[in-house]
Amino acid sequence: MADVLSAPDIRAGRLSPEDYLKNFDDIHPPLDRHEASVEADRCYFCFDAPCTIACPTSIDIPQFIRQIQTGNPVGAAKTIFAENILGGMCARVCPTETLCEEACVRNEAEDKPVKIGLLQRYATDTYMDKVSGSHFTRAAPTNKKIAVVGGGPASLSCAHALALKGHDVTIFEAREKLGGLNEYGIAAYKTVNDFAQREVEFLLSVGGIKVETGKALGRDITLSGLRGEYDAVFLGMGLPGVNALNAEGEDLSGAIDAVAYIAELRQETDRAKLPVGRKVVVIGGGMTAIDIAVQTKRLGAEEVTILYRRGQDAMKASRYEQELAQTNGVLIREWFQPKRLIGEGGHVVAIEAERTAVDANGRLSGTGETERFEADQVFKAIGQTFIADPVTGGSDALELDAGRIRVDDARKTSLDKVWAGGDCVAGGEDLTVAAVEDGKLAARSIDEALAG
Amino acid sequence: MTDLTSNFLGIKSPNPFWLASAPPTDKAYNVIRAFEAGWGGVVWKTLGEDPHIVNVNGPRYGAIHGRDRNLLGLNNIELITDRPLEVNLKEIKQVKRDWPDRALVVSLMVPCEEKNWIDILKRVEDTGADGVELNFGCPHGMSERGMGSAVGQVPEYIEMVTRWCKENTKMPVIVKLTPNITDIRKPAQAAKNGGADAVSLINTINSIVGVDLDVMAPTPTIDGKGAHGGYCGPAVKPIALNMVAEIARDPATAGLPISGIGGITTWRDAAEFMALGAGNVQVCTAAMTYGFKVVQDMIDGLKEWMGEKGYTSIDEFVGMAVPNCSDWQNLNLNYVTKAKIDQDLCIKCGRCHIACEDTSHQAITAMVDGARHFEVIDEECVGCNLCVNVCPVENCITMEPMTSGVDPRTKQPIDNKFADWTTHPNNPNRVMEAAE
Repeated sequence: MADVLSAPDIRAGRLSPEDYLKNFDDIHPPLDRHEASVEADRCYFCFDAPCTIACPTSIDIPQFIRQIQTGNPVGAAKTIFAENILGGMCARVCPTETLCEEACVRNEAEDKPVKIGLLQRYATDTYMDKVSGSHFTRAAPTNKKIAVVGGGPASLSCAHALALKGHDVTIFEAREKLGGLNEYGIAAYKTVNDFAQREVEFLLSVGGIKVETGKALGRDITLSGLRGEYDAVFLGMGLPGVNALNAEGEDLSGAIDAVAYIAELRQETDRAKLPVGRKVVVIGGGMTAIDIAVQTKRLGAEEVTILYRRGQDAMKASRYEQELAQTNGVLIREWFQPKRLIGEGGHVVAIEAERTAVDANGRLSGTGETERFEADQVFKAIGQTFIADPVTGGSDALELDAGRIRVDDARKTSLDKVWAGGDCVAGGEDLTVAAVEDGKLAARSIDEALAG
Repeated sequence: MTDLTSNFLGIKSPNPFWLASAPPTDKAYNVIRAFEAGWGGVVWKTLGEDPHIVNVNGPRYGAIHGRDRNLLGLNNIELITDRPLEVNLKEIKQVKRDWPDRALVVSLMVPCEEKNWIDILKRVEDTGADGVELNFGCPHGMSERGMGSAVGQVPEYIEMVTRWCKENTKMPVIVKLTPNITDIRKPAQAAKNGGADAVSLINTINSIVGVDLDVMAPTPTIDGKGAHGGYCGPAVKPIALNMVAEIARDPATAGLPISGIGGITTWRDAAEFMALGAGNVQVCTAAMTYGFKVVQDMIDGLKEWMGEKGYTSIDEFVGMAVPNCSDWQNLNLNYVTKAKIDQDLCIKCGRCHIACEDTSHQAITAMVDGARHFEVIDEECVGCNLCVNVCPVENCITMEPMTSGVDPRTKQPIDNKFADWTTHPNNPNRVMEAAE
């Protein structure tokens, strides 16, 4: 009897079908033609535009907005794709409030930047609707072969740029589908209608890119094998590992890796099938923490609490994302670190967390004071890690830097014929748009190396 | 007390804002709504002879838009009233009776025969209207039949018809001029010679407002074809201001009352026309864009401004800017200005820099000490004002006169003595100073 009473309240189908549709619909509805034209009119067409400088991929923003203004949205999309082939996804997921839109000079005069992200989406959506396939044409074949490992944004960007140069590219992806975090991460309401796959199709339609899914480095292929068989190798495996909580009770049922849950959520077309607790606790302060918190709330969880060990200002998730969580009814409790997960019958029922404080030396430590948070599910979102084994074993070992692959400015690794980019390289920003730039830069360097 | 009362040729109205002869004044219904909204007067849409003319049944208007579809210019191919003469006359009589304090002038256009003009003048007089305006301006349709701008483009015709009218009516006669002419002073002089009490200007400008690139025809398109129309609205205001000023400062027409027309949208526009010599103003496009309510801020804004300036009646500032309308050759070449950028207001868009760098004098920095910074280089600045005009922030860039020291560009000392082109050494026709 006691077991029944204390059994966690986790179930699927908490909401009506309409609620699921509403909750997982486009979070930022696209601009229609009139809205885009009104917004485009706000752009000042700045000289040496600060927004372009702020964009990691250096999209010529004033130019594409002017093209929208003049009724040339397809041309606008081409301007975007020239610098960022994943401009469609970046329009959806970029933290524009800390990139282009933060730099917009409109902030100076009226605290209201041009909605660059939404305009970029308007242009790229229009392109996807109007243009079938790709407007890019490949250069004459070079008969050079390049292996790209991983199918995320960095790899896709690199593969596309290399294919344009006439090289033959093969992408090896461990999962079933290409897209990386675009397909398996990122909150569902940011990329509706299977956009990640439509974007992959657009990108591949240029030709010259062969895709091998279900092929993982270190399992099905090896770095030395690729180096032997191909003229160049690009590594863009991302961060496949997750940090452990290192707290008692971590193995209890109901203590869940947020990354894995989001991947499952993204692949499940019927959200009503996803089981979610009545009370949910999320541990972490990054984008994954926000994404899992908001999505579990939208799946019908009644109480969702984020526990973060420092103050909100230190969260890796932007202030904008934090506010998104809060307006969705997520409670953010700062200055709490997990101490132990409390289970009953093998299942988590609560988490005990300790208050934290920063001492005079800036060191974070527990204060000894604890608080108990009831939870049917505890999601761990405390960061992802690079799994180095496949690239550090044997004679083809890569140099690492802080646990990730060391690269130079051209995204070249310490090993001949090997480049890398995206989240798996040291100094990465963990941003889609930065990964796209990595792939672009690596492709440029590879092309130069192969030409030489 | 600020008094907006207008007395134009003895025609009194509570304010100087009249609706121009155009669609908004075609019927009693519209005119009554205008009077209810506060308009000081109307010029009733042009009457012609029966059988009344017809209009196209397709689109009559085309437009030029600014940002956010702000209507900047309007083009029309509508003709004079397409209602029977008797209907209009009856309504005019009734409206004038019901609104005795408002100005009601009737616009007229009939073939160039004295008898035709005498006939229609008599009939208008019977309505009790305050005056007539001779439409020598419409550039489309009626001009093909020898009326409208076809008359306005021939000063001899203007003088002739004006004289007929003056000889055959006691009503004040206003001659409305077409801008589709090389020198606006000529038709104005002709009107004056014919005895006109006033001129009104400008009528619309010949225009094709756009081309439909699918149909490959001018817009508005009537069954695949388009005809040029008449252009009006804010876009034509500068052209109209110049023409008003030309007439106001021409010794041959000095003192001839002017009714200013052309893109007047705000009280400020109106004040500008009046400063250049217009005794009152006529408005059309602003009303057609926003409705009759726009007159309320015209009245209020003008009153506020007059109060601030200490003007108690409109006559006190009418024509005040005319003496300052000069010819280029009489501008002071010793007057030196430099652009100055207020760094607190600057939003760092860089438009001033690129405009100056690409198209002018390379006188504005983009980068100072490695930081994005826009500043005027006085050594290069010719004081052209382009940066002021392209800057999106009002008053961020100003032109500052130099009154002492040395002009860093020319290295010449600032000379506070007036000197214009007429005496400049580079002028082959300069006025020589008397020999010693």
